[in-house]
Amino acid sequence: MPKVTIDNVSIEVPEGTTILQAARMIGGNLVPPAMCYYTKLDTSGGYCRTCIVKVTQGSERDPRPMPKPVVSCRTTVMDGMVVENITNEELVEARKGVVEFLLINHPLDCPVCDQAGECHLQDLSYENGLSKSRYEFKRREFEMHDIGDKIKLHMNRCILCYRCVKVADQVCDGRVHGVINRGDVAEISTYIQNSVDNDFSGNMIDVCPVGALTDKTFRFKSRVWFAKPMDAHRNCDKCCGKVAVWLSGDDILRVTGRKDKYGEVEDWICNDCRFDKKQKSDWVIEGPRNIDRHSVIAQNKYGVLKQLKIDVSKQKQIGEKAHNK
Amino acid sequence: MKRLLLQHIDVPGIDTLSVYREHGGYKALEKALKDMKPDDITEEVKKSGLRGRGGAGFPTGLKWSFLAKPEGVERYLVCNADESEPGTFKDRFLMSKIPHALIEGMIVSSFALGAKTSYIYIRGELLYVYHILEKAIAEAYDAGLLGKNIMGSGYSLDLYVHPGGGAYICGEETALIESLEGKRGNPRIKPPFPAVKGLWQSPTVVNNVETISAVPHIVNMGGDAYAAIGVGKSTGTKLISACGHIKKPGVYEIELGLPVEEFLFSDEYCGGIRNDKKLKAVVAGGSSVPILPGELFLKTANGEPRLMSYESLSDGGFATGTMLGSGGFIVMDEDTSVVKNLWNFTRFYHHESCGQCSPCREGTGWMEKVLHKFLEGHANMNDIDLLWDIQSKIEGKTICPLGEAASWPVASAIRHFRSEFEDYVKNPQKIKDVKHYYRVNNLDPVIN
Repeated sequence: MPKVTIDNVSIEVPEGTTILQAARMIGGNLVPPAMCYYTKLDTSGGYCRTCIVKVTQGSERDPRPMPKPVVSCRTTVMDGMVVENITNEELVEARKGVVEFLLINHPLDCPVCDQAGECHLQDLSYENGLSKSRYEFKRREFEMHDIGDKIKLHMNRCILCYRCVKVADQVCDGRVHGVINRGDVAEISTYIQNSVDNDFSGNMIDVCPVGALTDKTFRFKSRVWFAKPMDAHRNCDKCCGKVAVWLSGDDILRVTGRKDKYGEVEDWICNDCRFDKKQKSDWVIEGPRNIDRHSVIAQNKYGVLKQLKIDVSKQKQIGEKAHNK
Repeated sequence: MKRLLLQHIDVPGIDTLSVYREHGGYKALEKALKDMKPDDITEEVKKSGLRGRGGAGFPTGLKWSFLAKPEGVERYLVCNADESEPGTFKDRFLMSKIPHALIEGMIVSSFALGAKTSYIYIRGELLYVYHILEKAIAEAYDAGLLGKNIMGSGYSLDLYVHPGGGAYICGEETALIESLEGKRGNPRIKPPFPAVKGLWQSPTVVNNVETISAVPHIVNMGGDAYAAIGVGKSTGTKLISACGHIKKPGVYEIELGLPVEEFLFSDEYCGGIRNDKKLKAVVAGGSSVPILPGELFLKTANGEPRLMSYESLSDGGFATGTMLGSGGFIVMDEDTSVVKNLWNFTRFYHHESCGQCSPCREGTGWMEKVLHKFLEGHANMNDIDLLWDIQSKIEGKTICPLGEAASWPVASAIRHFRSEFEDYVKNPQKIKDVKHYYRVNNLDPVIN
């Protein structure tokens, strides 16, 4: 099995593992962020460039370093590979640059965005972004579109990760969904305003890392951190039927796939389960779902009551800095 | 003056098969099919030291030897005729004047690589060249030079010309392959490289028009004789498309190693600067290579005279050197504004970015907008550093080389002409008054 060293931590991984997967096996701070890579979708990844890492030794046999930063999600490990992520200053700086690029045309309308609280771009910019934008021009704007009667496309927020395109390609049949135009006016679109009419199209919402694709049955109903996620299941003849339901009191506000800490679902779910089964009687509730992420939902004020621990040292530093100025 | 590709360019009717054959055309094909094995041709190309003429200068023989040759899997040769680099127009000239040079090269190269089907991917805007090539291919089919059992050798080849939709990005080899497959022309993430998985997931070689057209000459004269032309590792001849403020713009064939000064000022080639003005700057290899100030272009940082060769032009790295690139030779006289020219280049890259990866999609547009601020007179000194920062964050972080192509001109312009950017910041009102061409040293308008 090839042995790879990432930020001075070594691990043996199966043949064909990517650097990102190897880093996720190690876990912790050294896992590169990924906005476009999705384990379940073939050929995803490589577009957003946030997961770039520096390979300082190609392999045991050929120890030459790779000249440019590589995308960890699409580069497979070789035996004896040495990778630098957060230990490389230059790379951290380069990643900040990528995050800045992702944000210059993003509307930053988090206060009215349904994705806020579970948005990967929010987390990413909190960890790697600047507190102030250097971009002083008009941000690009698109019109909002309906993709079918259940999904809303808000293209302004899109970071063109291509995940939903891959879902349309690989999970749904009869693809009518893709990218039109090019450059910074490229946009996600359907074939001449066609609706995406497919049992599994709702999974696009789950894979979207930002608030570009939202569930029309949930839009503006609640902030995600006020809803209680519960594991639930039902007998479904189309999908596995294992979902997470988000409750407010006894009402089911929305139904999503069960996402892990990297925002990737355990299994695809069908549109019936996602959009139509909104009664508590439709589901067998298994118990509270622990959202293993560092965002606000993870504070988990239901279920097992636990002491809230919020790390405010970063905010304190910023505050003190501003105060002393 | 040694000419290979353009030897018979002045012969009337050289675009027809009969005239081309009268002047030694298809001799190389005959020699290759009758006297040589495919591997011999690859060996000769390796010996010749021929380097890719599309811009990167990668040794062609080496590229061919990387081609995976699994049993029972089709291999393809694709000719990259998607020439869209601003300043480069050599392939268009060659294809439209002597189409059979490319077709002969395609047949010989396909034979060497064992390809049974080959493609010429031509830029969508060059539709008239497409018709010329189609006509020439029809002639070749009629003469039994294409199709089944070429010249009785048992080797069969089908050659197709495919016009693109007109996108600069389709000149990148993996985007070209995607486009040829009928998909959106987005570059693929490498590896796998086309030599292993290219067109329809089969091993593929993608070569420039000029590279392929040079192969028959190598077969005719032998690899060693070809390697004797030129200097050092830059062997053979190169087409240079000279444009800008020179007396005689056009496509010239030069022996690599020709002194830059001779190329620029002798009457045989460019003939010096138009209106006898002074030389300000040169972009030596198409818009994406770094711009160099005149004095640094004529002599290297060590004071040696520069030659038209891969090594000499890149002498000093990017700090004091540039690249031969694809041979788009753009000359600017003393009245040219580097900032305005840079904005024009950046606008091009912004327009042509495919939008797949974020640094290029967002960064190229940002750079264009910042540069436009300079032209409008709204810029401040921090914007120069901002530009530098943006380009450094694009370079090397993108899927394909378009990101680098967009950032190198910006970096080099700031590196060599920073004072001019500052001039723009300090004199905003004058820039507004003088809309078009102006003398950048004192911002006076030029009459002609």
